[in-house]
Amino acid sequence: MSHQELAHPELAGVQVDEDSGDLSRSEVILKGALAAGAVYGTFMVGPYVRKAFAMTGSSDVDILNFALTLEYLESSFYDEAKTRAKASGELKSLIGLLAEDEKQHVEALTATIKQLKGKPVAEPKFDFAYSDTAGFLKLAQTFEDTGVSAYNGAGPAIKSKEVLGAAGSIVQVEARHAAAVRLQNKEEPAPDAFDPSLDEAQVLKAVEPFIA
Amino acid sequence: MPESKEREKAQAPARGAVASAVKDPVSRRKFMALTGGSAAAAAFLAACGSDSGTDTTTMSSANGGGSSETAQFGKGDIGILNYALTLEYLETAFYADVVKSGLFKGADLETIRKFGAEEAEHVTALTAAVKQMGGKPAPEPKTEFPLESAKAVLELASTVENLGAAAYLGQAANIKSPDVLASALAIHSVEGRHAAALNTLLGKPITPDGAFAKPADAKTVLKSVEPFIVS
Repeated sequence: MSHQELAHPELAGVQVDEDSGDLSRSEVILKGALAAGAVYGTFMVGPYVRKAFAMTGSSDVDILNFALTLEYLESSFYDEAKTRAKASGELKSLIGLLAEDEKQHVEALTATIKQLKGKPVAEPKFDFAYSDTAGFLKLAQTFEDTGVSAYNGAGPAIKSKEVLGAAGSIVQVEARHAAAVRLQNKEEPAPDAFDPSLDEAQVLKAVEPFIA
Repeated sequence: MPESKEREKAQAPARGAVASAVKDPVSRRKFMALTGGSAAAAAFLAACGSDSGTDTTTMSSANGGGSSETAQFGKGDIGILNYALTLEYLETAFYADVVKSGLFKGADLETIRKFGAEEAEHVTALTAAVKQMGGKPAPEPKTEFPLESAKAVLELASTVENLGAAAYLGQAANIKSPDVLASALAIHSVEGRHAAALNTLLGKPITPDGAFAKPADAKTVLKSVEPFIVS
């Protein structure tokens, strides 16, 4: 993920509704921002706006269920890894912490969906292909980075302030996990100044291979 | 919640029944009544578990602060962006001073340089965003940091980054424009990454708040950074 690839072509894909008689302030800002993006190189605005727009048809329950699916995946992955990743010492403790955090995210999202009178999605069956500690860590990095980008992509489509606050509280923890796992992999903990965002289709595509 | 109404309105082109319901103020009120905003928060809290006694404070400060707490920096989103800009200026200056201090070398110095460069990118982005919204970017504060030992500097870096992450989290729900929110979220998680990396270097927990990060309101954050601002 680099800023260069975010530069211009995406801007063409952004649609601003010009038909509505009263342009909201944000729409005006959006247009200004897009124009600025063309000048400043766009690392700030273009791609995030595009992704944000991608989920506007979703209700908060839809978004929470989408998040729940990802948390099920992470929770199941780390739970299994406690024995399967053949970890010891520091990494073993880290896996324990990750498993516990993701489990709590699953519980919180499930409870919130129910409170919103929604139906929590069922937990899918997962199949994680790795054979050693290094393979585990590589997958863990993918899942955590994807999780961050998924929450960031969905955030602007969330309607309720409370749900947004809760999602923000979770995504920061995912980002912290991502940094810790990346350090285990001897990779940059924060590779970009702006975490990329992914839309629902991109996230589902990324996790599909692990759903049995 | 007029702010969120505006945010949704800006999410055009929205399609589908839910989308049109929330764009209509009357339907939106019904929608909120149906879902019960505070009930959602309560459910979330219930699920957070009992190991954290301050969760109630957390959620209320995340959502109840209102954008007025950044009013000294400007109205609405401009105020929030300028508040964030002030913090990013501070972080950038801090890392620049640390690099100059000569306290670090090798991999640690590279990490500090990298984080500093990312904070500088945040400054550039936030400045551009404020200008685009017709606002006046907050001035760069004059800063001074105690740089006595490598350990003390890492401790301070960890404090500043954890505070920065909490500051963004504290404002997320106050932001009206979806593109400003998207940008703030993209920065917020990077601050979280920095905080966790520094905590790891120090042998501290990567998630000091547990599974749910806690926000900080502007008043708390500004009070915490006050000792480092000279003018």
